[in-house]
Amino acid sequence: MSSFWVYFAAKPLWWIIVTIATFLFTSWLNRRVGGTPLLHPVLVALSLIIVLLQLTGTDYDTYFQGAQFIHFLLGPATVALAIPLYDHFERIKKMLLPILVACSCGALTAALSVILVAWALGASEATLLSLAPKSVTSPIAIGIAEKIGGYPSLAAGLVLITGAIGCLTAPPLFRWLKIEDDAIKGFTLGLSSHGFGTAYAFEFSTLAGAFAGLAMGLTGLLTAFLVPLLIRLLGL
Amino acid sequence: MLAGLLLLLICQLLGEWIVLALGLPVPGPVMGMVLLLLGLVMKQTTPDWIRSPAEGLLRHLALLFVPAGVGLMVHAELIAAEWLVILVALVTSTVVTIIVTALVLKRLTRNLKLDTREERP
Repeated sequence: MSSFWVYFAAKPLWWIIVTIATFLFTSWLNRRVGGTPLLHPVLVALSLIIVLLQLTGTDYDTYFQGAQFIHFLLGPATVALAIPLYDHFERIKKMLLPILVACSCGALTAALSVILVAWALGASEATLLSLAPKSVTSPIAIGIAEKIGGYPSLAAGLVLITGAIGCLTAPPLFRWLKIEDDAIKGFTLGLSSHGFGTAYAFEFSTLAGAFAGLAMGLTGLLTAFLVPLLIRLLGL
Repeated sequence: MLAGLLLLLICQLLGEWIVLALGLPVPGPVMGMVLLLLGLVMKQTTPDWIRSPAEGLLRHLALLFVPAGVGLMVHAELIAAEWLVILVALVTSTVVTIIVTALVLKRLTRNLKLDTREERP
């Protein structure tokens, strides 16, 4: 029986099926409980998969041999964000200056506040450096963490947790701040919670999704330049 | 459908090449997105053969984050030691970021709308 398991676990196909099936299940579960970001399908799915890997004694590299085929699609999906961006191009052009200012303020706040809070609470340096790019979409965050000396895979995970926190806290904050414009909601979600927030924003409307995609791209570009500079200024 | 997927991949490849050639700190797919957007702006329209595969991918964007997220298991020890610091830092920073971004954008676009109204008698 154990050799049977080894045969299947060695096949990349198995982990692709596990990943998609788990995600379909957690998406269904999330709809059943009314779509709360607390039980976000991605967070529940990755927790379940980690438990399964632990139980079967499978290491991450073996899992990734299969899962990389799903991971790979992040590339073309990022390129595909150009479509909703183009659809709302007129609106974006009209708001270009506010967008650039808001993006600079937001990206600076995101990086600076997380470094300061973690530093004040006595986080280790590796944690600090892996936290710095947390508001940026995973592929960019991995690159930044590598550049400044954090752990790339930890940075990628923290980015996801940030995404969930953003989706969880944004709706009550929007109500409190009386934000009603879908463009502002989407932009804020994309800036603070990258692709996670973008996926969430598409559930409001395609306008919100387009602005989220725009914010995600801009924040990624800006943070990639900003964080290495900030780290040097703070003397870490 | 297939042609659209091919176009997305070609944009990504060109993006990777540009980033590599110019030594930019930006990932290739983001540059690919910029290239495709420029192409669409020049063409003034989005043909269906590009739209359908692109929207198909974006509908399932959340699934694509699962494999990277499972990578958290590699850092179980570090997270066990510092989970509280990490959580407090992430929640505080995310809330502050959302408030700053939303308020700045709201404030600036309100002025923008006022300006356009003033310009139009």
